[in-house]
Amino acid sequence: MDFIAMLTLFVLAIFLGVELITKVPPTLHTPLMSGSNAISGITLVGALIAAGDGNSIMVQIFGFIAVVLATINVVGGFMVTNRMLAMFKRK
Amino acid sequence: MHLADHWLNIAYLIAASLFVFGIKGLTKPRTAVRGNQMAASGMLIACVVTLFHRDIVGYEVIIAGLVIGGLIGAIMAIRVQMTSMPQMIALLNGFGGGASFAVATAGYLGGLSGAVALISTGAAVLIGAVTLTGSMVAFAKLQELISGKSIGFAGMKFVNALLLLGSLCAIGYLVVEPGNQMVFWALVVAAALLGLMLVLPIGGADMPVVIALLNSYSGVAASAAGFVTGNSALIITGSLVGASGLILTQIMCKAMNRSLTNVLFGVMAEAGSSMSDDEVYQGKVKSSSADEVAMILETAQRVVIVPGFGMAMAQAQHAVRELADTLEKRGTEVEYAIHPVAGRMPGHMNVLLAEAEVSYDKLKDMDTINPTFEQTDVAIVIGANDVTNPLAREDKGSPIYGMPILNVDKARTVVVVKRSLSSGFAGLPNPLFAKDNTLMLFGDGKQAIIDISTALKEA
Repeated sequence: MDFIAMLTLFVLAIFLGVELITKVPPTLHTPLMSGSNAISGITLVGALIAAGDGNSIMVQIFGFIAVVLATINVVGGFMVTNRMLAMFKRK
Repeated sequence: MHLADHWLNIAYLIAASLFVFGIKGLTKPRTAVRGNQMAASGMLIACVVTLFHRDIVGYEVIIAGLVIGGLIGAIMAIRVQMTSMPQMIALLNGFGGGASFAVATAGYLGGLSGAVALISTGAAVLIGAVTLTGSMVAFAKLQELISGKSIGFAGMKFVNALLLLGSLCAIGYLVVEPGNQMVFWALVVAAALLGLMLVLPIGGADMPVVIALLNSYSGVAASAAGFVTGNSALIITGSLVGASGLILTQIMCKAMNRSLTNVLFGVMAEAGSSMSDDEVYQGKVKSSSADEVAMILETAQRVVIVPGFGMAMAQAQHAVRELADTLEKRGTEVEYAIHPVAGRMPGHMNVLLAEAEVSYDKLKDMDTINPTFEQTDVAIVIGANDVTNPLAREDKGSPIYGMPILNVDKARTVVVVKRSLSSGFAGLPNPLFAKDNTLMLFGDGKQAIIDISTALKEA
């Protein structure tokens, strides 16, 4: 992807983010943080590609570290968010 | 089997859309669980299709990483206590930053070319490493492994400026000479140090801002990693999260009447005419008992409960709910007043009270509840201090002047449950404790609330 296209995505997504997040009520700010944390674990996508690299052992090592960290983020983040939100839903 | 790039990109687009729907779901407690599930399914789609990427030749390392990370994440999520949620978020922020850092490093070691890719790598390494080490310091402070007070030395800002400048120069140098690995590792070390040094001087009261800001960084780092690999999913998602953290940071700063730069550099406003504890409290503080408080509550029509970090410390949220139930059974109206920076992170009190099964529509934010204090018979302040300090409203010389507070002193009677008269994070005496209509109930928050409930039930 060329740089300008990436920059366009980046800037537009920030505007979208601002619009979306300002509507989240303060009651849900903690789940918002853990949930957005889980979403930022999307780095896992890049990590998987690095860890599956067959050419360089160094790339694989950092890929492995990245997969572990990002998976903690994804699994831990979504699960803990779910746990919190279930408490809000109860009543 | 490998999927062509355009199929992958379409799958990423679907994933990103599901993330957007997910965050949209978070705008209402009713739809939030479903929103979270949608976001999670988006993540699953993105990861599964990536496994068919043409550059992936072996799966051993991937499976090992997924299993280890998944286990650690699941155990953390199941075992963490709601009171420890700020630490958990700090850790997750750090891991997110660390993952982006590691992806960028792997990308660099795999051989990169072109100014855009190299600058993005530099940015991802810098922001990722700062987020990683900064979050670890925040975690250590919240977990009380190290002192929550500001830690620093003279000239720290100068050193930080040098580290940042050095990092930027290293990134610039890498663009000219990408093969120089020494420069790359120097950048890593400088960024890691910078993360440590940026968070060490920040005190406990400012933690909500720091956590929100590191949350934002972890998103920006993911975005930068997306620029490295040309991955639209990372760019979109990273900037969504970056925006989210930034908005929360702004809300927190506004609620403390501090500018972001003040928080970041650990600056507190200079005290003008600050009074000593003795001047404020001498002979004016009335110590009360659970029985006396229960007697006042017996005739109360409306009670507002004001929780703070002390409630979390004492694990008193269930006891508080119990007391509210007892009051409601007697026909008393009970609401909760939540200051935006009560606790150690945005929404901390809400989560604790939700854990104790308090209905979320009883949790009122500052602007909603403030006009109602005048019609409130009893305000029960439990473990909150600075966010109720009238100096913020009245004393122009006070360091916290201008900070929006909960006007609990306007209630007919104020009951403050607290261990002692010690000051809050701001280090100021609180004239609220010496007011005519204030009763102090000294002791452990949880026990004190249980005692009031018991006395009230016997009445």
